[in-house]
Amino acid sequence: MSLSATLANSPPIDSVGVAERVARFSTRSIKKSSKMEALKLALSMIDLTTLEGKDTEDKVRRLCYKARHLHVDLPDLPTVAAVCVYPTMVKVAREELNDCGVKVASVATSFPSGQDDLSLRIQQTKGAVRDGAQEIDMVISRGRFLAGDYQYVTDEIVAVKEACGEAHLKVILETGELHTLENVRKASDLAIHAGADFIKTSTGKVQPAATMEVTLVMLEAIRDHFQETGKIVGMKPAGGISNSKIAIRYLVMLRETLGNRWLTPKLFRFGASSLANDLLMQIVKQSSGVYQSSNYFSID
Amino acid sequence: MAKKNSNKLDFDTGWHYDPAPESPELAKLNDSYDLFIDGKFVKPASGKYFDTTSPSSHKTLAKVAEADKRDVDKAVTAARKAYEGTWSRLRPSERGKYLFRIARVIQERSRELAVTESLDGGKPIRESRDIDLPLVAAHFFYHAGWADKLSYAFPGRKVSPLGVAGQIIPWNFPLLMAAWKIAPALAAGNTVVIKPAETTPLTSLKLAEIFQEVDLPPGVVNILTGAGSTGESIVRHPDVDKIAFTGSTEVGKLIRKTLAGTDKRLTLELGGKAANIVFEDAALDQAVEGIVNGIFFNQGHVCCAGSRLLVQESISKKLVRKLKDRMETLIVGDPLDKNTDIGAINSKEQLKKIQGYLKVGQREGAEIFQTSCPLPKRGNWCPPTLFLNASQSHRISQEEIFGPVLAIQTFRTVDEAIEKANNTPFGLSGGVWTDKGAKAFHVSERIKAGVVWINTFNKFDPASPFGGYKESGFGREGGRHGLEAYLNISEMGGTR
Repeated sequence: MSLSATLANSPPIDSVGVAERVARFSTRSIKKSSKMEALKLALSMIDLTTLEGKDTEDKVRRLCYKARHLHVDLPDLPTVAAVCVYPTMVKVAREELNDCGVKVASVATSFPSGQDDLSLRIQQTKGAVRDGAQEIDMVISRGRFLAGDYQYVTDEIVAVKEACGEAHLKVILETGELHTLENVRKASDLAIHAGADFIKTSTGKVQPAATMEVTLVMLEAIRDHFQETGKIVGMKPAGGISNSKIAIRYLVMLRETLGNRWLTPKLFRFGASSLANDLLMQIVKQSSGVYQSSNYFSID
Repeated sequence: MAKKNSNKLDFDTGWHYDPAPESPELAKLNDSYDLFIDGKFVKPASGKYFDTTSPSSHKTLAKVAEADKRDVDKAVTAARKAYEGTWSRLRPSERGKYLFRIARVIQERSRELAVTESLDGGKPIRESRDIDLPLVAAHFFYHAGWADKLSYAFPGRKVSPLGVAGQIIPWNFPLLMAAWKIAPALAAGNTVVIKPAETTPLTSLKLAEIFQEVDLPPGVVNILTGAGSTGESIVRHPDVDKIAFTGSTEVGKLIRKTLAGTDKRLTLELGGKAANIVFEDAALDQAVEGIVNGIFFNQGHVCCAGSRLLVQESISKKLVRKLKDRMETLIVGDPLDKNTDIGAINSKEQLKKIQGYLKVGQREGAEIFQTSCPLPKRGNWCPPTLFLNASQSHRISQEEIFGPVLAIQTFRTVDEAIEKANNTPFGLSGGVWTDKGAKAFHVSERIKAGVVWINTFNKFDPASPFGGYKESGFGREGGRHGLEAYLNISEMGGTR
């Protein structure tokens, strides 16, 4: 399908209806073993993230250790899916994680604004992959998108995808800057058309970051492409998913929109930093019956 | 990563939700309930009681008194006395205070009432908790506000109450229909004799407890449980000034015949067979949600249900695929489980009627689709059902099924959609789905129905009048229009 045909196919979105559907997901009551299962699943879907100017190599090392050893008291836990860092930290992270199964993800392409020359952004992507990044989280040029220059945005995704080689590409739409759900849908369709392996809501640097409404519209785009072409694309909401309750609502939404095939870290990720400890706290509570002090959960 | 060439969504395997039921104990039911007459619970003249059972387990929940003619007479006498002696003489602001108090106690006891409603009637707790009960309280709050402002509702005219109102309500929204009837009647200064449906009497009886709790003067509302003959006695009673009925078109016609030649006022809210029209430019995923809410809300036991889907040809395949996928995620089962989307069919008789239509539809040549959701062993259940390729001449497109059954037809042009939508003896509601404002107004203006929803469905508010055209009845409930049904309105100084 051509780009123009893809975009012509983007359906209108009624934001009131989307909000109502989201409210309905949120009334699902997840208890007992289905809750435990959800908590562990959510844990396994986390991209443990540190994206700060003040990041140090030591901090990244500690985060990588945490990624593999989430809580000493609970030996049968899954690991998180990936550790997500700036390109300068990729080498350190890869060294720590090696081939333990936890992937190294790196933001690239002049994260978070993307305001740079495309050749530099491609160069940065190649560098991150060369240093050992297995997943690349790129940002799109929102200015170009809002200006209606869809071809430019498509081309930049295609170019970055090529630079990724074997690495998986997550395309960040930065939905907080796209303003309407129809733009979110259009950007999702465009990113999938251009070859994204994952589509991702936000950088975490712009408010609002991930919302359930935005995520639902993106999941529906993924579903429509799957049903029309058979192509399977993953989803990553990032930013603002800070506790277990919210995470479980996302899983309910995922299950009832895309079905069980997507309930795997291969196809769904949470971009989050504080979520992991809340999930751990809830898992301990589910097994012991009481809440532990947050002092018992390490902060790295 | 995944099987190639299989682009079907899988909702069957893997992570499922554990049961999350409300406790039936929360309903706090008595073993037996008497009639509520003149502010007290009294035994029926005949001494007869009948069982009310749960449609999801067939267990008996309580024994309920059966009112006969003598009880009706007693109740009407009490209502008349209360009307003459207290209620019509009370300062309107005082009437308002009682209604506010009722509304607040309903809110306080909403969990108990919601659980009772789901136990007795079979509707999912998600709906009784999130839709029925909030609306019940809202109706009392809304009408409480009108009590001392009636003359402002009809400027330049004189308003006065009618007297004793006889009210008969159905089993699909037992407490909500009681609120729709009682709240405006009381706000306008009338007193009430009301009969809940035979299969769902319990929440009305709890409402009687609430009337005692708020010290509503004796006789202002009298609640008589019983079957059709109890209702008939109310309709025929000579000292009743007004009849308000919600139920089937068949009974509605009977009541109108009975009242012919009397000076009793009448409002009827009867059946429906609403068309939900989806145009090719609609927001499809949200339209799917509206279709689901339109027909599967309350097991399809909704007079204004969107039971006919008219889809524009160019999107029909896509829409039906989305609809089927969405239906696969609907959970049918225990009404008290918080995750249940579709509860139990209200009675065995109703289930039999729906199953009859399922056979009719297939015999008529429509293609049936039902979801694969497992059904509980005991109880009255019907999976959500579609009939594809239905035609206007099919009985499943013409008659009210009152169950989770949707008849789907396609159309090509706007005019064809309007023609099909109106080609029915009913006219209660309708739905239009399009992203184009001009088209939405063009079509909704031409649908002959009391309510037309645009890009949504089954939305209710006490401020919004509700009622039908044609064989769906007459009179309105809710809003300023709803007050008219309980008032004499005359020119200043004159009488009517």
